Amino acid sequence: MNPPRTTAAPERPAHSSTQEPPLVKWLLIGVAGLFAALFLLLPLANVFGQAFSAGRAAYWQTLSEKDTVAAIRLTLLVAAISVPLNVLFGVAASWAIAKFDFRGKAVLLTFIDLPFSVSPVVAGLMFVLLCGANGLLGDWLKAHGVTIIFAVPGIVLATMFVTFPFVARELIPIMEDQGREQEEAALTLGASGWQTFWHVSLPSVKWGLFYGVILCNARAMGEYGAVSVVSSKIAGKTDTLPLRVEKLYNDFSHPAAPFAVATLLALLALVTLGVKTYLEWKSRREQEPL
Amino acid sequence: MRQDRASPRKSNPLPGFGITLGFAVLYLSVLVLIPIAVLSLKALSLSGPELWRLATNARALAAYRLSLGASFAAALLNAAFGSLLAWVLVRYRFPGRRLLDGLVDFPFALPTAVAGLTLASLFSANGWLGRFLVPIGIQGQSSRLGVVLALTFVGLPFSVRTLQPLLENLDKAVEEAAAILGAGRLRTFWSVIAPTLLPAVLTGFGLAFARGLGEYGSIVFISGNLPFRTEIAPTLVVMRLESGGFDYTGAIGVALVLLVFSFALLLTLNWLQGWSAKFQRP
Repeated sequence: MNPPRTTAAPERPAHSSTQEPPLVKWLLIGVAGLFAALFLLLPLANVFGQAFSAGRAAYWQTLSEKDTVAAIRLTLLVAAISVPLNVLFGVAASWAIAKFDFRGKAVLLTFIDLPFSVSPVVAGLMFVLLCGANGLLGDWLKAHGVTIIFAVPGIVLATMFVTFPFVARELIPIMEDQGREQEEAALTLGASGWQTFWHVSLPSVKWGLFYGVILCNARAMGEYGAVSVVSSKIAGKTDTLPLRVEKLYNDFSHPAAPFAVATLLALLALVTLGVKTYLEWKSRREQEPL
Repeated sequence: MRQDRASPRKSNPLPGFGITLGFAVLYLSVLVLIPIAVLSLKALSLSGPELWRLATNARALAAYRLSLGASFAAALLNAAFGSLLAWVLVRYRFPGRRLLDGLVDFPFALPTAVAGLTLASLFSANGWLGRFLVPIGIQGQSSRLGVVLALTFVGLPFSVRTLQPLLENLDKAVEEAAAILGAGRLRTFWSVIAPTLLPAVLTGFGLAFARGLGEYGSIVFISGNLPFRTEIAPTLVVMRLESGGFDYTGAIGVALVLLVFSFALLLTLNWLQGWSAKFQRP
């Protein structure tokens, strides 16, 4: 477009001095979009494309197999145990860290981050060394008839380790931002400590808490590395959904089958992203009227 | 101060400090610290030469080299494309921006096994991308390139999400000043904007690199796990564990090296984040 020269034109440059020329801008958007399409959208589409490549009947047949159903059930069970425990830890840790000052706080924060940087495989190995048949507690556990490694409790432990920081990491910055004036006011007005926590502190961090739970849950249901080390991978007994995906992948007879199970985990990821976007929108809207 | 009026004896009247801190430390110890200590003690109880042999034999060295090299390459790719994505998402308004923004977290939400599965199939000889790439000699499956591709996928959100908040809070007045002083847009970017972003780009790079070093799930499906060629260090831990009989010693040496890597990275990242926080709030 070539606008006719008017008297106003010389006062303004062709484009603002803090913006790129439109050509550069659209080129950058194009490259970023192409990268995202190839690297993010295509892998997602491929999961569903491959899953239905053998037809819808085969898809439903894979999902309704006895061993797949057992894997779904085990995955739900593992998440149902590990997520609430990590929520309990997250709330307790963030309360102590955000509302009080004490020595060693920085060290504690670093320790909470540890599971994020330890390889999931190494995490699994640690629990094998601790609770396995030849592990540190092996003899004691055997004498008491408890099996942890290569059984469900080991899967739960490994999952708890890798999902450990999510809730605490989400809550600590939010609680720190809130300060403690509201709680102090509630206490001054005669509320008990528990009432203050339940009616004042918790409601003001509820979206952050919910977000932490969602992330923790997604990782708990999708963990593969740590779980594969501590599970005996017996179909129908100690296979979680990701382990089921692996097993179907290594059994070459039905190439579409691992993808059918993978669609469940991909849907979990999509729901997680959807909830995250909704929560961000919601918390932004709640902040605006203030 | 108000706190003093509410409770003159103690500076902080809030209850529950002892029990919440106690529970948090206990939980942390049982779940994280004791297992880490057990691994370290087991490793150190081996004789020095044996531990050295387990941790530094030729196969292990090849695995470290690939893990470090591929994580570095992937983190570099992510620093470039992640910065581009962050810039485009913050600075420009275009149709589909919201979708793109949401999509950036996808690798974070997708279980790694599924990521590995779908990437392996995309780059296989008859996959959606492989059918074009394999004929011209680009092997994504069972190759080192595949390892880099999977690690790039897994690490992408880290570089975008570390840079994004910084870009959003960038003071436009500085750019305007540069422009008024006669700097062109490119010069403004390299001399004024880029130095401010550098700590965050490095932090994102470090996070993606750390994630890459420990990554296992997405790699096993795509890399083919060939010793000396496409075997990464975490895969070697699993291989040794599965073939090593009862004493697990084969796996411990490599695991200890990985653990030391992650500690070193965690400390570096803490330092980097402190540095970039200083940049954010002058």
